[in-house]
Amino acid sequence: MSETIKPLLSVENLSVEFGSSRVVDELSFTVEAGKTVAVVGESGSGKSVTSLSTMRLADMMGAKYATGRIMFNDRDLLKASQKEMRSIRGKEIAMIFQEPMTSLNPVFTIGDQICEVLMLHEKLGKSAAMAEAQRLLDMVRLPDSAELLHRFPHQLSGGMRQRVMIAMALACRPKLLIADEPTTALDVTIQAQILNIMRDLQKTLGMGMVFITHDMGVVAEMADHVVVMWKGKKVEEGPVREIFANPQHPYTRTLLSAVPKLGSMTGEEFPKRMPLTVLQDGEPALAGEERIQDTAKYDEKPLLSVKDLFVRFDIKKNLFGKATHRCSAVQKVSFDIHPGETLALVGESGSGKSTIGRTIQQLQSSMGGEIAFNGRSYSSMSAAERFRMRQEVQYIFQDPFASLDPRKTVGFSIAEPINTHGLINDSKAVKRRVDELLERVGLPSNVASRYPHEFSGGQRQRVCIARALASDPKLIIADEALSALDVSIQAQIINLFMDLQAERGLAYLFISHDMAVVEKMSHRVAVLYLGQIMEMGSRQQVFENPSHDYTRRLLSAVPVADPTAPRNTALIEGEIPNPVRRVGDEPAILSHEEINPGHFIAKSA
Amino acid sequence: MAGFLIKRLLQAIFVVIAITLVVSFAIRLTGDPALMMFQGGGSMTEEDLQRIRVSLGTDQPFIVQYLTFLKGMVTFDFGRSFNGGTSVSLLIGDALPATLLLAFISMFVSIALSIPLGIKAATSRGSAADQAIRIFSLIGLSFPNFWLATMLVLLFAITLGWLPPSGMGGFASYVMPAITMGVILTATNVRLVRTSMLETLQSQYIMVARAKGLSESKVLYKHALRNCAIPLITYFGLQFGGLLGGIVVIERVFNWPGMGTLAFDAVAARDYPVLQAVITVLSLMIVGINLLVDIAYGLVDPRIRTE
Repeated sequence: MSETIKPLLSVENLSVEFGSSRVVDELSFTVEAGKTVAVVGESGSGKSVTSLSTMRLADMMGAKYATGRIMFNDRDLLKASQKEMRSIRGKEIAMIFQEPMTSLNPVFTIGDQICEVLMLHEKLGKSAAMAEAQRLLDMVRLPDSAELLHRFPHQLSGGMRQRVMIAMALACRPKLLIADEPTTALDVTIQAQILNIMRDLQKTLGMGMVFITHDMGVVAEMADHVVVMWKGKKVEEGPVREIFANPQHPYTRTLLSAVPKLGSMTGEEFPKRMPLTVLQDGEPALAGEERIQDTAKYDEKPLLSVKDLFVRFDIKKNLFGKATHRCSAVQKVSFDIHPGETLALVGESGSGKSTIGRTIQQLQSSMGGEIAFNGRSYSSMSAAERFRMRQEVQYIFQDPFASLDPRKTVGFSIAEPINTHGLINDSKAVKRRVDELLERVGLPSNVASRYPHEFSGGQRQRVCIARALASDPKLIIADEALSALDVSIQAQIINLFMDLQAERGLAYLFISHDMAVVEKMSHRVAVLYLGQIMEMGSRQQVFENPSHDYTRRLLSAVPVADPTAPRNTALIEGEIPNPVRRVGDEPAILSHEEINPGHFIAKSA
Repeated sequence: MAGFLIKRLLQAIFVVIAITLVVSFAIRLTGDPALMMFQGGGSMTEEDLQRIRVSLGTDQPFIVQYLTFLKGMVTFDFGRSFNGGTSVSLLIGDALPATLLLAFISMFVSIALSIPLGIKAATSRGSAADQAIRIFSLIGLSFPNFWLATMLVLLFAITLGWLPPSGMGGFASYVMPAITMGVILTATNVRLVRTSMLETLQSQYIMVARAKGLSESKVLYKHALRNCAIPLITYFGLQFGGLLGGIVVIERVFNWPGMGTLAFDAVAARDYPVLQAVITVLSLMIVGINLLVDIAYGLVDPRIRTE
């Protein structure tokens, strides 16, 4: 039946090359009006280049179209001139990009940026365009649209900016919308809101949509049809239920099995190291052992004990340097970490989770409270002892590329903590130790002389882990250490973390916004919201019996990687409130109640 | 923004006081003007010298001289030149417009050239046009300004006779000084525009602007240029200050009756009042330009304005 309907967009045999490397290879797919095609794949699969080629924006990056055509409205876009493309872009085909924080021009008002499209394509006058812009902002459910028109991007949160982007993209009622990872940079509750809006508007406007993503949960929620890309090629395509229920290509099967699924650990008391599905001779195979991660030593006294931690930043000062606005980033937060335990701090932007990590690592000073390591509080230590704490506690950052010095070899970076703390004096022995560490994290020892840019994202994160292990720490703070990685790499690194924990009795403070990953690897979980713990308990308590409203809200917002699951259309409304407040208007500090042994929730104020 | 400007204004006042203090003090270390004035004048007794000092006011303690100067500054009365007794304010009134006009024209020429050239180089990165622009800018950077000025005079005034070799007169007299200054400024500015443009063009919002279907000129001159304005304004502001100070050489070569020439003569004659006044006025101008730069930041970047 669908053969009789002429597709809106038809990509036929498309190959795109940059210089001599072919990044998209003979790709074909079609998009029908009113339908959503998800293009999924990991980094380097060519999915973004495909979308930029459709807009002919890849030209500006030096792309050459080696074969194929892109048919839209009976014309081949690859044959269109840039001038002709300009009348299509923004009018017939619109695009939303991944980074809402940088997608809007910082020096123009929201109103001006939306009006620009309307005045260009619809030939509206300034005042008519403004009125239409306001209507568009209402359409994406932004409150105070009249006032918002005169605001600048930096005054809006990421979620609000992405809604403005959607309003702008839909301004001329395009026939096709290309969304390139539109929710990847957003918090889950905000992501759920944006996905709902996009789904509703697609229905109202009847447009076709190409949805580019690496998140299988989002695919399951949004797509009618899925195209799986791998190394520039399409490896599989089909209706969304088919792809999830009965994936044919080995790569698709590997990809799906690597996706952490929320609820997959129900009934398990401990986190579990799971075997990886890897491609072996073109077939998915299980590799590695399955092991229950019963490493936490609750009978021993806590390794790290945080009590009533309080961190505040002055945001605005008056002329005399006195603070008028403050952000109470962390308020009276208390928790313990035992040897061999993984404690997860979860929460959305502004919840204070990274600030807690940085304060423990002494990258940030606290205004109150106590942090004690092995029973000794930081405040009772001498400066030299506090310096030694940096050896016992190590930090792994989100962006492995930014946290490695690009002008030093990775061997130098790994050896640096050893040399700084004077752990080994003989330079040959240091080198041996670096080689050992590299091998331990799954890299060949001969890469020590290479530079960070020569590695892939996953390898760089392994280097960062090796560096963190170099000083033989007791506690590792992993701050969104998995967030920038593809799912298959993520699964490998999760196992590496678990293996190291089992071997060395390491404790982890695992900071993350990804509930599914947290469920997979943590012993205990603390849910943070605006600098306070809302709920804390064992993994099983928090995930199977979420008892605070916020925890439930957070869990319900996570997209489920199962297209047959009922879609989460319940409106999750509201922004994450701004933690910056006037001096004198301090937020209430919530007290906690133990509802089960070890399971605490915050009492509403 | 208001608080930010008030802070800058207070800083500016402090800067002016510090500069005038240093200048007045340092200039008095260079020698006794009374001796200079009658150098080789033959029979000079110590009493004669003392009489001259009293009439010049240099017999007073330094702090008294400085306060007198400050008092005069507020009413734009900088006293009289030691040399001929002309009112210093009159001298400055003649010289300042000449210098400012030359500086503004040079700046204007340079900005008008460097922005389109820099954008061209950035958008066609690696192409022949980019290479040519970069090579010419390197050549421009390597010329010492007095050499370029002399060569221009040789060619256009002496060999071809098209332009007057020196002095300030009609339009023709502006051409060579403005070109000399303009070329050298442009050489640096092109590179700056190119670099900051290249960085801005990497931004996501440029891709978004293109995805809207905007023309390249709108993308470049509306969306990109305003975003790279902050480093450009900063640098142009500094450059303008440097221009006022550095114009001495060019004014000497072209015999331009500006602040540079005035300062040069004053130094040679230990003419304290003139020199003090020249430096004070120039530093006031520079401080004023920096204030304007701060205001300009707020105008181009709402993130500064709305803080």
